[in-house]
Amino acid sequence: MALTDGSLISIKGFLRTLSPVDQVGADARAAMLATRSIKTDSKRWAIDMAISMIDLTTLEGADTEGKVKAICNKAIRPDPSDPTVPHVGAICVYNDMVSIARKHLDASGGHDIPVAAVSTAFPSGRASLEVKERDTKDAIANGATEIDMVIDRGAFLSGDLEKVYSEIVFIKSLCEGKAHLKVILETGELVTYDNVRKASFLAMAAGADFIKTSTGKVSPAATAPVVLVMLEAVRDFYQMTGQRIGVKPAGGIRTTKDAIKQLVLVKETAGEEWLNPELFRIGASALLNDLLMQRKKLTSGHYEGPNYVTLD
Amino acid sequence: MTFEYSSAPESKAIVKLDPVYKLYIGGKFVAPKSGKTFATINPATEEVLAKVGYAEKADVDKAVKAAQAGLKIWSKMAPSERGKYLYRIARIMQERAREFAVLETMDNGKPIRETRDVDIPLAAAHFFYHAGWADKLEHAGVGSNPKPYGVVGQIIPWNFPLLMLAWKIAPALATGNTVVLKPAETTPLTAMLFAQVCEQAELPAGVVNIVTGDGATGAAIVNHPDISKIAFTGSTDVGKLIARSVAGTNKGLTLELGGKGANIVFEDAPIDETVEGIVNGIFFNQGHVCCAGSRLLVQENIQEEVLEKLKHRMGQIRLGDPLDKNTDIGAINSREQLNKITELAKSGDEEGAMRFSPSCTIPGKGFWFPPTIFTGVTQAHRIATEEIFGPVLSVISFRTPQEAIEKANNTPYGLSAGIWTDKGSRILWTAKHLRAGVIWANTFNKFDPASPFGGYKESGWGREGGRHGLSAYLKGAK
Repeated sequence: MALTDGSLISIKGFLRTLSPVDQVGADARAAMLATRSIKTDSKRWAIDMAISMIDLTTLEGADTEGKVKAICNKAIRPDPSDPTVPHVGAICVYNDMVSIARKHLDASGGHDIPVAAVSTAFPSGRASLEVKERDTKDAIANGATEIDMVIDRGAFLSGDLEKVYSEIVFIKSLCEGKAHLKVILETGELVTYDNVRKASFLAMAAGADFIKTSTGKVSPAATAPVVLVMLEAVRDFYQMTGQRIGVKPAGGIRTTKDAIKQLVLVKETAGEEWLNPELFRIGASALLNDLLMQRKKLTSGHYEGPNYVTLD
Repeated sequence: MTFEYSSAPESKAIVKLDPVYKLYIGGKFVAPKSGKTFATINPATEEVLAKVGYAEKADVDKAVKAAQAGLKIWSKMAPSERGKYLYRIARIMQERAREFAVLETMDNGKPIRETRDVDIPLAAAHFFYHAGWADKLEHAGVGSNPKPYGVVGQIIPWNFPLLMLAWKIAPALATGNTVVLKPAETTPLTAMLFAQVCEQAELPAGVVNIVTGDGATGAAIVNHPDISKIAFTGSTDVGKLIARSVAGTNKGLTLELGGKGANIVFEDAPIDETVEGIVNGIFFNQGHVCCAGSRLLVQENIQEEVLEKLKHRMGQIRLGDPLDKNTDIGAINSREQLNKITELAKSGDEEGAMRFSPSCTIPGKGFWFPPTIFTGVTQAHRIATEEIFGPVLSVISFRTPQEAIEKANNTPYGLSAGIWTDKGSRILWTAKHLRAGVIWANTFNKFDPASPFGGYKESGWGREGGRHGLSAYLKGAK
């Protein structure tokens, strides 16, 4: 049974049933969870889990075929000197790099690493539905099995929730059976936690497989309280529907400490069930090298420094 | 494998325990006249931490004499100079914060996260705040020429040992009084470390005197003829005893006593933050908080949702080694308190309330009580009216705002209350009708030196903190 029939009145009615978010309280909870001290065995576990959750991302105008191939190699073998390091969760690129990434992964032993494409006129979403349709179909045809779409924030903020909802439903219909749909809320533009919670539920009701914080092009991005609010949303949605939706923070998570704080948020908010790459991803590029350096330090007892990890 | 946090203990190396702690009188550490001592233990392990001097009447006499001598210097000192000493104490407390935090956790049993993030920073903040007042007392709203009482006797509890010391000593000193302070029997060690700070700050002899002991020591202070004012924080029973002793004398008196705070949750509350507030309201400091939100008044139409989320959240609470940086609930302070909590919880079972605790491993040694809620509680249950002073929450439902007010006010206490609603007008309406000294809206257990704290009815007399708290240490003040 759908939570809303997609009409404005029904969407509004559904979102009104949600409990509000108190900003001071949410900030305080996130700050408290940031004091958790993760050491030794638990740190080792968290680092490997975080590596396997990374959507290794390059989303630059300056991206080249060579650059994309390089990060594909890195995704398969993050640390060439240590085969016990798990591979990352996925590669995340622009539409025109999808086939290059897919082919290179397949040719280099990375069959099981999916390629995610940012879609629907990423990052702004300011394009006609036809363009967004073509963008998505193209990416899927080229081998993307994950679609990271953006919502129309202008429509959301102006109250045209029907438009936001119907676009997600439409893009979902293009993905059905072929690709996972991640819906980017761009929380830095939604600003309030009430908006984050509403947009999360709107996206989940419309068929999102994942809700994602940000494009990485707007600051602030994946702040701890925003991720907390989204984790509470997926937990509550599971209570309502029995369906587990994934969460993907993206943008601003650069250090092992940041990543571990995210995992603490997951564990103590949504629960252990979400602690796997099927339900939690971290969109990042620089993070992987810091995780590798920390991992080495835990294994060898000393810190090798940035000269010993590959820069791509 | 799942994400289990490995142990992350704070090191004890920073704390240097003396085998025996003497009394701090007249700027010197002196043995009690009788030579008697008593042991203070770590409630999480039951190991003896140190022996502490047992002060009797003769020692209290000596301390009062020292305080009288100190008063001659302190009350004549330029107020701005008094302020400098308080600033100095505050800074030393910040510099030695980790030492204080670890020692407090060892002696009290509360988690290091709380001593580190709440107790010690707030204690230093109280000295900073009152240091600023020392030379501005004529602007405190108590008249143009406010005068100190003289020698003040102060008796503090075991739930926030150093913080309660700061609440007492900082305003007393800022206003030109000198003090004889008795820390609680089970938690004297941070007070003795504070005595070392006084020495380090070169505070004039006799301004602060600390005598350790039990109820008899406290009685000697209360009944001492040369003490001009008594400030007490503790149980309502002892508060009543003190009020009787002081009645008919010229002594000033402020009391900060028990409570049975109502945390009121309306249907439009932000549920997730409310659940955090409920947890913080009752499980903060093992519930050893006079202003704890120990009664949850929840609107009936959202009771089920709130309880479900609360129970789930309670499952995340980490009970165990108080020195572990990830511990949320530490040890109960004493066997005596544990017995009291256990007995009252048992009465909840017997009177038909439903008990819930998440599964958690209770350490083999020490005093522990799991986070507990009772549902199906009515006003007629003992656990709805008596102060438990432990991690035990009584859940009571209401249907209308008027009923919430009636139930919240239906108690001999009146210390604290919480209001949870997204509607500003309802916060104001509810606060206006509640008979409680401290009311939090969409938060709980937040403290600030600038904010007066104190109770209605049997929760106490007078206020501590802020401008109101200053007037409690100034004679002739209105």
